[in-house]
Amino acid sequence: MIWNESIECMDREGLRKIQSIRLKKMVEYVYHNTPFYRKKMQELGLTPDDINGIEDITKLPFTTKTDLRDNYPFGLCAVPMSQIVRIHGSSGTTGKPTVVGYTRKDLSLWTECLSRCFTAYGADNRDIFQIAYGYGLFTGGLGAHYGAENIGASVIPMSSGNTSKQIQLMHDFGTTVLCCTPSYALFIADAIKDSGIPREDFKLKAGVFGAEPWTENMRKEIEEKLAIKAYDIYGLSEISGPGVGFECEHQNGTHLNEDHFFPEIVDPHTLQPVEPGQQGELVFTHLTKEGMPLLRYRTKDLTALHYEKCECGRTLVRMERILGRSDDMLIIRGVNVFPTQIESVILELPEFEPHYLLTVDRVNNTDTMELKVEVRPEFYSDEINKMLALKKKISSRLQSVLGLGVEVKLVEPRSIERSVGKAKRVIDNRKM
Amino acid sequence: MITKQLSIFLENKFGRLTEVTELLAKEGINLSALCIAENADFGILRSIVSDPDRAYKVLKENHFAVNITDVVGINCPNVPGALAKVLNYLSEAGVFIEYMYSFANNDSANVIIRPSDLETCIKVLTEKKVELLAASDLYRL
Repeated sequence: MIWNESIECMDREGLRKIQSIRLKKMVEYVYHNTPFYRKKMQELGLTPDDINGIEDITKLPFTTKTDLRDNYPFGLCAVPMSQIVRIHGSSGTTGKPTVVGYTRKDLSLWTECLSRCFTAYGADNRDIFQIAYGYGLFTGGLGAHYGAENIGASVIPMSSGNTSKQIQLMHDFGTTVLCCTPSYALFIADAIKDSGIPREDFKLKAGVFGAEPWTENMRKEIEEKLAIKAYDIYGLSEISGPGVGFECEHQNGTHLNEDHFFPEIVDPHTLQPVEPGQQGELVFTHLTKEGMPLLRYRTKDLTALHYEKCECGRTLVRMERILGRSDDMLIIRGVNVFPTQIESVILELPEFEPHYLLTVDRVNNTDTMELKVEVRPEFYSDEINKMLALKKKISSRLQSVLGLGVEVKLVEPRSIERSVGKAKRVIDNRKM
Repeated sequence: MITKQLSIFLENKFGRLTEVTELLAKEGINLSALCIAENADFGILRSIVSDPDRAYKVLKENHFAVNITDVVGINCPNVPGALAKVLNYLSEAGVFIEYMYSFANNDSANVIIRPSDLETCIKVLTEKKVELLAASDLYRL
């Protein structure tokens, strides 16, 4: 099923025309409403008149997460706050989350994008959606919520956690579509098995999984364990949240809603566009956003784009599975974690040496983080309690900065490798 | 009366304790008393040695997390109730015991106490005529 056939299946030439018209309008809009972009464009000697079509996009300046932080919280908004009706933030970044403001129109376009996703997964108004993404600053919960309501489905706003309740309601209410992170889906699958309730007593048929990278193997595992069809949903809060892209029933790449978010792939080093089908860093330009439109936002996600028409009939470009990151960001249980955040916590606590080793793993389908740190010589105590208090101090600080639990291990002096160059601070043992 | 105890932080891994004892042996430092407190990740080795200052230096040079902690050593009769009596004196004086270790040999037992308040502890025990052990004696044991 296709939600918006005229757009999703439009011939590429027509789509390009729409993108061209929208880009031109957008550049004019940000030039006059976002001082940040006006300044950037002026520095490049650009005026809106230089942008006459989508092919001119490469003339425009890039935007990075650092730009968002530098303009925290609302510096990149193109509208006065009176027009912002919703504020979301990216999950877990040092002190300052990356903030995104939405106008009423932004929310309705986001909902449109999610309606396309859910329809592609075969869902409609007869379905019962269980949203087990976190509700809150994180875009997952509310994003999926409004999309599912928009297609007329019945929505259970569960949020994440409380697995036994998830399973009980899934069973009692007859949930047909589950939305959560893929690792939580596996966790739920195991919990259902442990509950002893037979699978045939559940009506679950499909799952909408995203917010963290996952593999084909994980898909197979989820599909086997839950006996459902598992679909990928792609998104990032800076661009809108979930629903930037989605899989169709052929699961041959993730279709991007490119009439709203124009995707490019660039070489992460030279920042030059690569040939279609080549791998590089994914970059998005908002074509329709009002609240906080971004030009050429560098996602740091590495992937490739394919422009051939899909068997499903859609002409929307297809993105390959995310192959990795061009920066050191980790996605832990759906939360973005930068090693620099951990570093900043350690540096602000005088009891610890500025050396650490973070080991990421996936145990029973849940991401785990173990942090080894050394205590400064003068803070070693002969009392266990005092040592445990030190451990508690750093773990609760990490918890509040990252929004995630970290298993802290105090280690002996000099047991963490010192290095003059770029030290290996993170070991990711997850099989991606 | 105040005895210097070495406290060494050790990760829970094979051979670590051996390394400490071998290092001290090489330096001709003898161990008079020793106890280990542990939890899931690490242990703290507490020890009375023949030359605490030199042992500290040697361990430090070898990058061990070592501290010197002041403790009190007493000798009490190896009979029922003897320790209870001593502990009673301390709790009445409001002295808390962080940890202690002890071993009896024939008629008496040597007890190492790490009190919350060293001064009060020594004062109370002296007043109550508990036999305090001189540091030099403990190092030589």
